Amino acid sequence: MATGRVNALYARRRLRNTMAQGFAYAATAFGLGWLVLILAVLLFHGFGGLSLAVVTQNTPPPGSEGGLLNAIVGSIAMTALAVAIGTPIGILAGTYMAEYGRHGKLATIVRFINDILLSAPSIVIGLFIYEVMVAPMGHFSGYAGAVALAVIVIPVVVRTTEDMLRLVPDTLREAAASIGLPRSHMIVRIAYRAARAGIVTGILLAIARISGETAPLLFTALNNQFFTVDMNAPMPSLPVVIFQFALSPYEEWQRLAWTGALLITITVLALSIFARSLTARRT
Amino acid sequence: MNIASSSAPAPGASQAGIDTAGLSEKVSIRDLEFFYGDSRALKGIDLSLYANKTTAFIGPSGCGKSTLLRVLNRMYDLYPGQRATGEVMFDGENLLDSSVDINLLRARIGMVFQKPTPFPMSIHENVAFGIRLYEKLPRAEIDARVEHALRRAALWDEVKDKLGASGLGLSGGQQQRLCIARTVAVKPEVILFDEPCSALDPISTAKIEELIDELKQDYTIVIVTHNMQQAARVSDFTAFMYLGELIEFDVTEKIFTAPTDKRTQAYITGRFG
Repeated sequence: MATGRVNALYARRRLRNTMAQGFAYAATAFGLGWLVLILAVLLFHGFGGLSLAVVTQNTPPPGSEGGLLNAIVGSIAMTALAVAIGTPIGILAGTYMAEYGRHGKLATIVRFINDILLSAPSIVIGLFIYEVMVAPMGHFSGYAGAVALAVIVIPVVVRTTEDMLRLVPDTLREAAASIGLPRSHMIVRIAYRAARAGIVTGILLAIARISGETAPLLFTALNNQFFTVDMNAPMPSLPVVIFQFALSPYEEWQRLAWTGALLITITVLALSIFARSLTARRT
Repeated sequence: MNIASSSAPAPGASQAGIDTAGLSEKVSIRDLEFFYGDSRALKGIDLSLYANKTTAFIGPSGCGKSTLLRVLNRMYDLYPGQRATGEVMFDGENLLDSSVDINLLRARIGMVFQKPTPFPMSIHENVAFGIRLYEKLPRAEIDARVEHALRRAALWDEVKDKLGASGLGLSGGQQQRLCIARTVAVKPEVILFDEPCSALDPISTAKIEELIDELKQDYTIVIVTHNMQQAARVSDFTAFMYLGELIEFDVTEKIFTAPTDKRTQAYITGRFG
């Protein structure tokens, strides 16, 4: 009799377990399904357009064939400048919060503001840069685009730098101090080295994040149908070109938009996988 | 004022029995008090550390023995809210003075920690790193110094063929000896050991103990340990601490065979702690 009761309890528990497991699998499949679907659609529409012309020719006028060279170069230039501006600021701020200001009030405030910035809508950042750079300068420019992207890079790098430095055990800091290493040396020579993979991962993820951003560029770099490396002039970028071409009625433009979307996705995917492998190797 | 210590001997009296002939005082601690914020962790410590001798700090958890050790190289300075008052004389200078150059002090008073803490770099670099901080030497000389330090730490034979490999790849015992080599390489005068064997297996422990015994020829050694047998094996002098006070300080043999304080006796016979 007693065993009968236990069995009924056990059976119910098992049923609940099976159901919970089923839901978990279903939710995973649902989530991953969209990702697979996106990749499949992108490959279906974009793969056919991949050719040498994409990276050797500029965006064409309506109704003719062309490539995405100017947009790719513009994207790379603005991303590179954004990372060049955002990485040092982000790493220094993250270092302050994890090493110097750890017990202070200022770090708490900076962390709070940084978290807000981290989730700030990118279109707001675009408008902000429009106000402080584009309007005073009187024209759209690659510089303004890069600064807008840098504003997105900074909070990501600040956050990962701080988190990764906090993972460095205090005993290692004490060990460095115990041989008479000044604090600044300890940070640069010991803590950075111990946290290097994580910090680099943060930078890579920041690059992945900004390489698809459209909104902040619409108000800052705008677009350009021609090839340019002059960052003081309006500059094309892949996301903005995709936005423009995908909305157009021209079939060639639409095809190029798909190809551009595929390029961005592959880049972001590759960066993410590379970032993953960096952290995986460490542990 | 100090009710808890009413049964303890007057300051200084606890070490009156030590025959100081032939001993030279390397560090002398007078009336040391230590605070974590508002809570007093060390109460009126008076203690002498003798040159080329090993002094062990023993006592139950929380008695202040690690705190006392961390005063000696001012490691507590890394953390806000921790402070010490009193006097710790080292070479005619009170090392608690804010005018003391803390990095130079730490180069002269080295420390080995509870858990091995190799730097994330090669074995060679781990040792060379500290040398380069204070001396600009040609490569060959650095290599010689690294070898000397690794020999000193009884690690050379195990690592001489893989000096370029990461220090993190060594076993726990080897890592701890690497940390000793790193400390020795900076040419300190005093070496502080903070429970250096508590994370190690018995064989590694035996090696470290042997090493400590050899090192005292050149250095003044202080070791904090939970293990009373270890204190008895490696030290010349033993300080028994309890609730932030120094209860008894004497020649190790005396502490373990004929302690004068009841609490010392209770502790070494395993009745508490």
